[in-house]
Amino acid sequence: MTSEVARHLLFQSHMPTKTTCPSSQVSDDEQKQKRENTRSLTMSGHVGFESLPDQLVNRSIQQGFCFNILCVGETGIGKSTLIDTLFNTNFADHESSHFFPHVRLKAQTYELHESNVRLKLTIVNTVGFGDQINKEESYQPVVDYIDAQFEAYLQEELKIKRSLFNYHDSRIHVCLYFISPTGHSLKTLDLLTMKSLDSKVNIIPVIAKADIISKAELQKFKIKLMSELVSSGVQIYQFPTDDETIAKINASMNGHLPFAVVGSMDEVKIGNKMVKARQYPWGVVQVENENHSDFVKLREMLICTNMEDLREQTHTRHYELYRRCKLEEMGFTDVGPENKPLSLQETYEAKRHEFYGERQRKEEEMKQMFVQRVKEKEAILKEAERELQAKFEHLKRVHQEERMKLEEKRRLLEEEIIAFSKKKATSEIYQNQSYMASGSNLKKDKDRKNSNFM
Amino acid sequence: MDPLRQSPSPCSSRPSSPKTPPCEIHGYVGIEDVLDQLKIKAMKMGFEFNIMVVGQSGLGKSTMVSTLFKSKVWKCTPPGLGMPIPQTLQLKSVTHVVEEKGVKLKLTVTDTPGFGDQINNDKCWDPILGYINEQYERYLQEEILITRQRHIPDTRVHCCVYFVPPTGHCLRPLDIELLQRLCRTVNVVPVIARADSLTLEEREAFRRRIQHNLRTHCIEVYPQKCFDEDINDRILNSKIRDRIPFAVVGSDQEYLVNGRCVLGRKTKWGIIEVENMAHCEFLLLRDLLIRSHLQDLKDITHNVHYENYRVCRLNESHVLPRGPCWVNLAPTPPGPPVAPGPSKVCRQAREDSDDEEDDY
Repeated sequence: MTSEVARHLLFQSHMPTKTTCPSSQVSDDEQKQKRENTRSLTMSGHVGFESLPDQLVNRSIQQGFCFNILCVGETGIGKSTLIDTLFNTNFADHESSHFFPHVRLKAQTYELHESNVRLKLTIVNTVGFGDQINKEESYQPVVDYIDAQFEAYLQEELKIKRSLFNYHDSRIHVCLYFISPTGHSLKTLDLLTMKSLDSKVNIIPVIAKADIISKAELQKFKIKLMSELVSSGVQIYQFPTDDETIAKINASMNGHLPFAVVGSMDEVKIGNKMVKARQYPWGVVQVENENHSDFVKLREMLICTNMEDLREQTHTRHYELYRRCKLEEMGFTDVGPENKPLSLQETYEAKRHEFYGERQRKEEEMKQMFVQRVKEKEAILKEAERELQAKFEHLKRVHQEERMKLEEKRRLLEEEIIAFSKKKATSEIYQNQSYMASGSNLKKDKDRKNSNFM
Repeated sequence: MDPLRQSPSPCSSRPSSPKTPPCEIHGYVGIEDVLDQLKIKAMKMGFEFNIMVVGQSGLGKSTMVSTLFKSKVWKCTPPGLGMPIPQTLQLKSVTHVVEEKGVKLKLTVTDTPGFGDQINNDKCWDPILGYINEQYERYLQEEILITRQRHIPDTRVHCCVYFVPPTGHCLRPLDIELLQRLCRTVNVVPVIARADSLTLEEREAFRRRIQHNLRTHCIEVYPQKCFDEDINDRILNSKIRDRIPFAVVGSDQEYLVNGRCVLGRKTKWGIIEVENMAHCEFLLLRDLLIRSHLQDLKDITHNVHYENYRVCRLNESHVLPRGPCWVNLAPTPPGPPVAPGPSKVCRQAREDSDDEEDDY
């Protein structure tokens, strides 16, 4: 704890000495002021705005802080254990299986308190990274996740009614990349992943499970790793060296990258203290011992010294880059075709015209198509109607003809009936005449015949 | 501090923060060092503060600014002093960089000579509101650029100190009109100017009457009641609200009183000490503006007033897409592109849901 107190004092002691800044800085300030058309004012007494940083700090304490860490590494490499050790808690994460078909990202948020600082910590873990047989798609979900967080922030920023200060910032501030302690070099998957992530997030590579490697091998391994990263053009996060208070310590830490870490929440008794360590039959690896692992350095750099800078870099560099690319993709530019400054609004209006025109055109097209189809259908129906009409006529004619034929037949039949009845009448007359002439027997016979006949 | 008391916009489909189970830390982690990091970063970057003083000529505005910042803020004679009364209201802005104990502050003071001096003072607040809105517009334009600067220069007016002439009666119609309009766009701190012309009893009565006037006309001066976060804020701010408007006296000349060198005004009947709480309330004003609420002033300007301006501005010119879709499918016929016109007075878009249309 005393080292922390010492550090606090160091920071505080540096603050008042800023007034006695070296002459070169004074002339820089003067030039800057001349450019900005301001002048420096000397006050004759104590005004009291030295409390401004305190006011700022108070506001931040009330708001709380937000920090998001992304851990990328193979399953079982010790990501969850390291995070547990870093933040001295048990985040209740269980082991994940090795059999996931795709890489997924799992995010969990926790609220931590230390003295009066509230930290909302989000840990994003890659699940199933490096487990598949075909690893081509392994890094894409990670890139997509990071982009999705930037997108969400961009959407919020572009809203008309927005509430940015209330917004839970889910953008990834730092990516801890876990390198397997093979002792040789980076794996291809590691190179590919880091190359695709380096322009989107601050990457801090760490060598996981560093207790496997001996000290001599570790040095060679680190040199090999860094040279590979440099030669492939991967831009990892460099601790900032522009502020004098932390420049020295940051510069020296830059030389220790990548940190070889060991994580453990188990406690082992060493001497008369309980320390976090891993117990082996051949010895005990102490997590917080600087000789055994770089864990303390990592914690220093990540949390104690550079947390704010990581957040700032994410916001001002990576997010701005994403935003610029995204807006340019949409067709917005700052400068128009004649190199005149073009406002977002004009571009937007132009795009709106364009889209609107496009929509009109499409509507016209659809209308035309509709009319066409209707016409076709109508023609078909007309055709069918005509056919039916023709059939109807034909049937009618046939019917008519039949009827006429039947009429004819009936007429003939009636004529035959008339003829027959006529014949019958005349034959009866003849019979009567003949009966009266021949006598009664014949009449009786004839009657009998006639009665038989009739 | 979250000064904005708006209910979350109905379109926010994602909650403002996920469920967070609290975790216990078993040992040292070092999270609190982030406060130091913040401080260092802030000191390196410096602070900005823009203050505007509004009031009639001769009320001691320029002197007050010099007294507040204990230096000759105006390069030459203060505007309005010894010069003929300007025909129209002109705004004069001057920027200084002051440093105290390593803290750099870029201070911009805007003065308004000629305010309320004409015979016909109708619409004399337009240049002031125009200036304030112009600063918002400038910030907005910077913010919506594709390639933005790392740190957008903040010229927005954080605080407007309004000088009420010490009539002893009540607020005049001009005061009320202006305050009503100003309070909707910027943080306003009214003060009773030249308070050495009022006795203590007259001061109290005047103050109560002004407070009553403000309440009657629904003028919300800083610190606004609706932005109080929690009980502590409310208690602290209630004390301040009780004393607003402060009765102040300004001076940049020093006199010897009881062996001490104090800022004051020398008259035949005595020396009025500026920094003596028994004589005037200058210290309260200074503490409010500089020592305790400066950051809060800036926050409210950024989170509330600027956002209100932005909403009004974007609504009227369809600059940015509404909602999650990128193309505005509103059935308005495509007309000529609307050029960014002169700044308008925007209406407050707070909890008054009745006068703000729902965009979603």
